[in-house]
Amino acid sequence: MARNLTQRFPAFKVSRSRVVRPGWALALVVLTVLSGCTDQAWNDPYRAGESAKSVFYSSFSERPKHFDPARSYSANEWAFISQVYEPPLQYHFLQRPYSLVPLTAADMPQIRFYAHDGTELDDQAPAADVAYTDYILRIQPGIRYQPHPALAVNADGSPVYWPLDVEQTRSVNTLADFPLTGTRELVAADYIYQIKRLAFSPNHSPVAGLMGGHIRGFEDFATESSAAYEQLRAKTGEAKPWLDLRTIDMAGVEEIDRYTYRIRIEKKYPQFVYWLAMNFFAPMPWEAERFYQQPGLDEKNVNLHWYPIGTGPFMLTENNPNLRMVLVRNPNFHGERYPGEGPPEAREEGLLDDAGRPMPFIDRAVYSLENEAIPRWNKFLQGYYDNSGIGSDSFDQAVQFGSGGEASLTESMIEKGVRLSTAVETSVFYTGFNMLDPVVGGGSERARLLRQAIAIAMDFEEFISIFQNGRGEVAQSPLPPGIFGYRDGEQGVNPVTHEWLNGVARRRGIEQARRLLEKAGYTGGRDPQTGGPLILYYDTPAAGPDSKATLQWYRKQLAKLGIELVIRATDYNRFQDKMLTGTAQIFSWGWNADYPDPENFFFLLYGPNAKVEFKGENAANFSNAEFDKLFVRMKDLPNGAERQAVIDRMVGILREESPWLFGFFPKAFSLHHAWYKNAKPHLMANNTLKYKRVEGPMRAAAQKAWNQPVLWPVGLVLGLLFVSLIPAIRDFRARERSRAL
Amino acid sequence: MTAYIIRRLLYALPILIGVNALTFVLFFVVNSPDDMARMHLGSKRVTDEAIQSWKQDHGYDRPLLVNTAQQGAAVFTDTILFEKSIRLFLFDFGQSDSGRDISHDISQRMWPSLAIAVPTLLIGLAVNITFALLLAFFRATYLDFWGVVLCVAMMSISGLFYIIGGQFLVGKVLNLVPISGYDTGVHAWKFIVLPMIVGVVGGVGAGTRWYRTLFLEEVHRDYVRSARAKGVSEHLVLFRHVLRNALIPILTGVVVVLPLLFIGSLLTESFFGIPGLGSYTIDAINSQDFAIVRAMVFLGAVLYILGLLPTDISYTIADPRVRLD
Repeated sequence: MARNLTQRFPAFKVSRSRVVRPGWALALVVLTVLSGCTDQAWNDPYRAGESAKSVFYSSFSERPKHFDPARSYSANEWAFISQVYEPPLQYHFLQRPYSLVPLTAADMPQIRFYAHDGTELDDQAPAADVAYTDYILRIQPGIRYQPHPALAVNADGSPVYWPLDVEQTRSVNTLADFPLTGTRELVAADYIYQIKRLAFSPNHSPVAGLMGGHIRGFEDFATESSAAYEQLRAKTGEAKPWLDLRTIDMAGVEEIDRYTYRIRIEKKYPQFVYWLAMNFFAPMPWEAERFYQQPGLDEKNVNLHWYPIGTGPFMLTENNPNLRMVLVRNPNFHGERYPGEGPPEAREEGLLDDAGRPMPFIDRAVYSLENEAIPRWNKFLQGYYDNSGIGSDSFDQAVQFGSGGEASLTESMIEKGVRLSTAVETSVFYTGFNMLDPVVGGGSERARLLRQAIAIAMDFEEFISIFQNGRGEVAQSPLPPGIFGYRDGEQGVNPVTHEWLNGVARRRGIEQARRLLEKAGYTGGRDPQTGGPLILYYDTPAAGPDSKATLQWYRKQLAKLGIELVIRATDYNRFQDKMLTGTAQIFSWGWNADYPDPENFFFLLYGPNAKVEFKGENAANFSNAEFDKLFVRMKDLPNGAERQAVIDRMVGILREESPWLFGFFPKAFSLHHAWYKNAKPHLMANNTLKYKRVEGPMRAAAQKAWNQPVLWPVGLVLGLLFVSLIPAIRDFRARERSRAL
Repeated sequence: MTAYIIRRLLYALPILIGVNALTFVLFFVVNSPDDMARMHLGSKRVTDEAIQSWKQDHGYDRPLLVNTAQQGAAVFTDTILFEKSIRLFLFDFGQSDSGRDISHDISQRMWPSLAIAVPTLLIGLAVNITFALLLAFFRATYLDFWGVVLCVAMMSISGLFYIIGGQFLVGKVLNLVPISGYDTGVHAWKFIVLPMIVGVVGGVGAGTRWYRTLFLEEVHRDYVRSARAKGVSEHLVLFRHVLRNALIPILTGVVVVLPLLFIGSLLTESFFGIPGLGSYTIDAINSQDFAIVRAMVFLGAVLYILGLLPTDISYTIADPRVRLD
């Protein structure tokens, strides 16, 4: 049993100063020394003096896997390689709607249409008459690659680092272990080489299937190159020998001269021009592939997946996806000037202050891995990241909504000079019905009315408010703002789910949904066959505790109609299986546009793209003869009145048939500090780092002001510890001096 | 002793085979090679041909466990299990399913894990022993009572709370150290301080409680009473007699943990942005990279087996009465 401490160990007077004073002095000396050592903030995660330089600091949360432009198809990878690789075209940084302009191309491609007999057609020719289309691209002369060991040559022109054997590569661990580098001029043949790499099956390019249906000779090349590769493997005994793709021709690509090449597309495919702005069509010097496939390098991750090689404004000098990615200015960059024109508001926003100046403006970009949202957000508030998204946990700390629904920053953000940028994403988050399902799918009147009733009941205005912090716009069709065909205002309202009242779109009342349900034969949500509530199934891969509220919301929406929604939650793999086999009933999915064309959204509902039958992207397995016919017509039309009319009819069919609840278009909210300039969000382009500018001294001053170390609590705690030790020391000494027990 | 060591090492083989088989079964119960291919190829425009090609390139186009299309031994050897497992026993971890060299990744990532784990272990050991000795010295007093209460309270708090609280208090409010991140070489020290403090503080409750129990067991023994009766001062009784005997179970507990320091702590590394082996493993699980998962499980099993062997040997050193047969 515990006894009173003072009874067991009688206290005696000890001069407190003998114990306390040395401890305080020591602590004070240590802290003074530490604080005087450097001007850098104690919690600065970067090296001293870096903050004042022209360096961009940001973060990434998902480790990139592939930097090979033939393979890479994720936004987190393109954030890096788009600063290194340069396809022939790019998006204008400031213009909206998004428009293409030349990048390495000297001008926009010449597009020529040809009939079956080879005669050239004009650009108004009907798509049915076009047998093939030529895209002729002329590259600017004088563009050079970044310094790279693969391009290092001896005095006689022979490569320095080829051929190498295993012994010579034994000591190599990173690309930096090759001390010599070289460069050469970009030529048209490099673009052709990359197109061949897309077709070469060991590269597993995700667009091989798509391009195989468009580029002439693509599939033949794939077959021929695969066979040649197997022969080479058998002959050399190597697992991954280098096959020189220049030795095999592809009928649809041709080098016209040193700076000009042609791509031949079957029939008409107007959307192909957008692919020319993607990294898949960036150039690849054949020397790089030969270099990287030497023995002993791939095992050390010295390959194209780790070390990209391009002509862009930056080069990737540190690739450590576990910690940090660093891009530095490419000394060989051909030079590009900041755009001199833009929309009227660009000048007011200061986005034309750098008009005509040579880019890039920053010397380095450092991206640190941050797995968790809390440290990422806190470091942004401390000024150690120049920009940041807004997580739902920190949303209220950063953003408030006015009475009119407009978003603005909170006082704490304004005090720090933080700026807010918003943009509706070129994405759609929808809820789909499996049109193969016997209850919700098919073309029967009953199923259609059921879908329409559910479309009214699903209150996505409420969903956006609750789960998206208001960051979204209810979708009235599959096309988001900024995509040709999108209609605004009263013209754009979905009459099935909304009505235009007093200048705004209002969701129809639940009574109207119930009437539709009654017409469908499900009065009060009752299944006439069982007499009980109609039971529908929502299949989802969202199974964690975070999803519980969302799933409960879905159930509540259908409960308004008296329908019972059963949630069938599985992991993502099983969900994918259900979608492929057609056993899902109702599901939610999203799509992020590859390019700003309505074809990239409507193809998600095109019959021959059905997921179950054709393994395509039409997850709802929607099939409507008129819609499909209109799709084929729409995709080849240029933007204009005719195309708009076709799109309007297609949207009308989708609204009537309701294979999707259109859901909402997410709205991206991003924050950046005052020292980070030209931060206009661009949701199609990924190569925007070159436009950004950082005022280093402003950042350094802000970081210093915001991150002064607070030492008094440490002193207080140490003092309390010392004080609390006094009775213990006294009692210890008393015990030591006491007689035997 | 030599025979014992050899026997223990031979026991390791069936254990490792069993661990490997169990990992394989558990992984492929929830993931199929098609799922893995889709995960690596992305979610857009993935064709059946691309999936088959990926599986073929990575050796996942064979049957999982038994190949009924083959004859003889090939029924078992021409399978994913055999092909993926056999090289493990030669410590050839191969490449990850995303094409990275696993051995190279492990050799890079183990150092940050060790940089956190080793000082945390050593300082935590010193702190826990000190507090436990204090509580043993002031046993049966209010100091002891409230000390135990505090230890239980600290044990009850989730480690995640310490991490988030530590980051908020020390990194954000007091601005004393970076909230997260890492650097190489000597620059790493400021990133290690906070995870180390959090690790030590988080382990104080459980460690002190346990060590206190060990010390109290020794304190009531006859040899301690004899020492007191001979006039040995209390602090010498504790440090020279009690501590030395209580250190046997303490040290053997530490020795078994030593190899596992390489594996790192998942939560700590994830929140502090430490590029260690803990986050390496969980990233692999999330991305369904079986090559990394099997390598890390195998490595963990080997390290654990290797850790137990010195533990048993250290018993004989600490207590000469113990014999290993």
